[in-house]
Amino acid sequence: MTADAACEKRKIQCVARMKEIMTHYYIEAKSAADNGRKVAWITSGGPVEPLIAMDVIPVYPENHGAMIGAAKMGQDLCERAEAMGYSSDLCAYARADIGAAPIDGGPIGGLPRPDMLVCCNNICGTVLKWYEIQARYFDVPLFILDTPVCHTDCTDAVRRYVAGQIRAYIEFLETVCGRPMDRDRMQAVGRLSIEGQRLWQAVLDTAAHRPAPLSAFDAFFHLALIVTLRGTQTAVDYYRDLLGEMRQRIADGIGAVADERYRLLWDNLPVWYRTRWLSEHFAAHGACLVADTYTSAWCSSMPYLDENDFIASMAEGYTRIYLNLGIDQMAEAVIAMIDKYGVDGLVMHSNRSCKPYSLGQYDIQRIVAERRSLPTLMIEADMVDPRAFAESQIETRIDAFMEMIKARKQQRGR
Amino acid sequence: MFQIDPMFTRIAADPPAYAHQWRQDNQRPVIGTLCSYAPEEIIAAGGGLPVRLLTTGAGDQGADAHLQAYSCSLVRGVLADFVQGRLDMLDGTVFAHTCDSMQRLSDIRRIAGDGRFHADVVWPANVGGPGAETYAVEILKAFAAAYTERFNLAIDEAALARTAGLYNRIRGLIQRLYAVRRRQPDLMSGRDLSAVVRTAMVMDREILADALEDLVAAMDRETVAARPGKRLVLAGGVCEVPDIYDVIESAGAAVVWDDLCTGYRYAAGRIDTDGDSWTALARRYLQRSVCPAKHAGLTARADELIATAREADADGVVFLFLKFCDPHLFDYPYLKQRLETAGLPCLMIELEGRRFSEGQLRTRCEAFIEML
Repeated sequence: MTADAACEKRKIQCVARMKEIMTHYYIEAKSAADNGRKVAWITSGGPVEPLIAMDVIPVYPENHGAMIGAAKMGQDLCERAEAMGYSSDLCAYARADIGAAPIDGGPIGGLPRPDMLVCCNNICGTVLKWYEIQARYFDVPLFILDTPVCHTDCTDAVRRYVAGQIRAYIEFLETVCGRPMDRDRMQAVGRLSIEGQRLWQAVLDTAAHRPAPLSAFDAFFHLALIVTLRGTQTAVDYYRDLLGEMRQRIADGIGAVADERYRLLWDNLPVWYRTRWLSEHFAAHGACLVADTYTSAWCSSMPYLDENDFIASMAEGYTRIYLNLGIDQMAEAVIAMIDKYGVDGLVMHSNRSCKPYSLGQYDIQRIVAERRSLPTLMIEADMVDPRAFAESQIETRIDAFMEMIKARKQQRGR
Repeated sequence: MFQIDPMFTRIAADPPAYAHQWRQDNQRPVIGTLCSYAPEEIIAAGGGLPVRLLTTGAGDQGADAHLQAYSCSLVRGVLADFVQGRLDMLDGTVFAHTCDSMQRLSDIRRIAGDGRFHADVVWPANVGGPGAETYAVEILKAFAAAYTERFNLAIDEAALARTAGLYNRIRGLIQRLYAVRRRQPDLMSGRDLSAVVRTAMVMDREILADALEDLVAAMDRETVAARPGKRLVLAGGVCEVPDIYDVIESAGAAVVWDDLCTGYRYAAGRIDTDGDSWTALARRYLQRSVCPAKHAGLTARADELIATAREADADGVVFLFLKFCDPHLFDYPYLKQRLETAGLPCLMIELEGRRFSEGQLRTRCEAFIEML
């Protein structure tokens, strides 16, 4: 087989379908007002299911931020926010979104205007400030779902507090939409949400196979639906197809990386404007980033969700997500992934834009080294703002890291 | 100019030394706090000493092993103080969530596992949101239970009510100090006022209350000829650089009020002494002058700052931020726009720890004051 043919064989067929779905989704969202539908901007960790049940179109500024980053439009939009007075040290998703809003900037000509904002702070405190800014800018109602950080555990006080807010959230939606929620529909959406999460986790799990049929870089792309269309049949159907394709790749012996020799775990958000460069650079060493802590975060609350009483289980489910835990629990999750996927090393993106994800990484690195004796590569960058990416320095560090991994593996092979 | 008791300056300059001595003298727990939302009243009601931790100024060596360079100097500096043993006199620490960086500092300290008491009081972020008060009462009680169990103490309703009375007295006296300052800004230097408030976050609160009583009484007797000059409000997070007051004063202006975490925000509000003490305590925190890391409405901070500045007859506002302090930096453009619309120009100063270029700071402040 020629190199081109092998490369072609490795391409994931579902990509085209995903692009179709996302295009349709954004067209629908951007024409919402013409079709009498409401649009809610919601944080990536926010409870989307009640919006779907109320026929509100959820729009994700963070997904938009990722698109801006991937389209390499991050620097320009961040600089626009900085010209508005926002510090260059602030989250680049927030800066890009704030910079894009007044000019309909970004690869899809801006997001549709929101009718409401839904902010869940289970991912960070930044979203609280960001959504305040956008609520003032668009002059629309803001609902805040406050999910206290579970440093060590989720107490009954937290469960009751968040459960009360979930009830208030539904009342908020009923007020804004001017109609009651159909509880049966909500329950059905809840089931689809859990089914989508199960399938997405199953897709990610296929990477435990050697060679891994998909890499973390593929997962970064295919993640979009579990974020934006969680709770819909579309997401369930898509992930079922994707899972089928991954299983077929396993049967056919097709790996995401040609001649996979080393398996790595990625931590933190992607460097959106450099995913291809990073993917190719690691692949050139025969290394596949087989899993990551980011894309699996959308399944991290599955143990707490109850498909038979979805609304009641949402409080705990939305509170106990990966980023809302203490770093020792995060380290446990990292170690579990190391074991599950059989990785040889850990690549941590120290992401200037995301403090709750990045601060604490050094301690996680230490815990991992103590418990699993794994080497770690720390890449200093930013998820959207390319000014924080020093290419040659990162290249040198990747090469040195891979040399270490190779030497270590050789030593162990003896 | 009125001179404060040097005790205030001494304690403000070296809180660990005071805490160390207090612990030796009293044989009771000393608990470090990292946020003005830490429920000090509970610590004091149990007989412990709450000590607000700012950086000791000894540098951030040792923090690099745990924290990236893009975390703020307060978080890095306090961690370095722990790592280097400069806070060994503490029997425990309480984190009040505050922000993403403090959240992770809490984790880093907790997993350091040095056996000292560690507590997280995760306040509602939406202080007026549904269920916030009930939840706040529950977390205060949970904190009190953990604290009393660890140190074998007891806090009953009466003890909490007594401490609430003590804190009302302290906060009332600090509020009176601010009222004097608003009336006669030249009576006491800004540096001294800052030292008094920072000492109030450290000193034995019973002794403090009497010292403040004496200070306020003495100040009430004093008058000083008013000197013409611009009147400014200082706003931001923590102020670890009292030099800013000197710079402003030497440029012919005065800080007549502040909206600082180490300033008036600490002293704002009052605990209701009627009814349930736990609920009253929760309410004081939920209804106090809000920190930008929490939500009290879309315009609350701007409305309050403008009202404060007008009440203080201020000519402008100086923002003092720590680099990498996300909550303040997010609020800044909106606050600036609202202030300017209200006819209040502002200047933003961003500092990294205690390091600053005095010449540059002076030039910027002088230019701003001249422009007013």
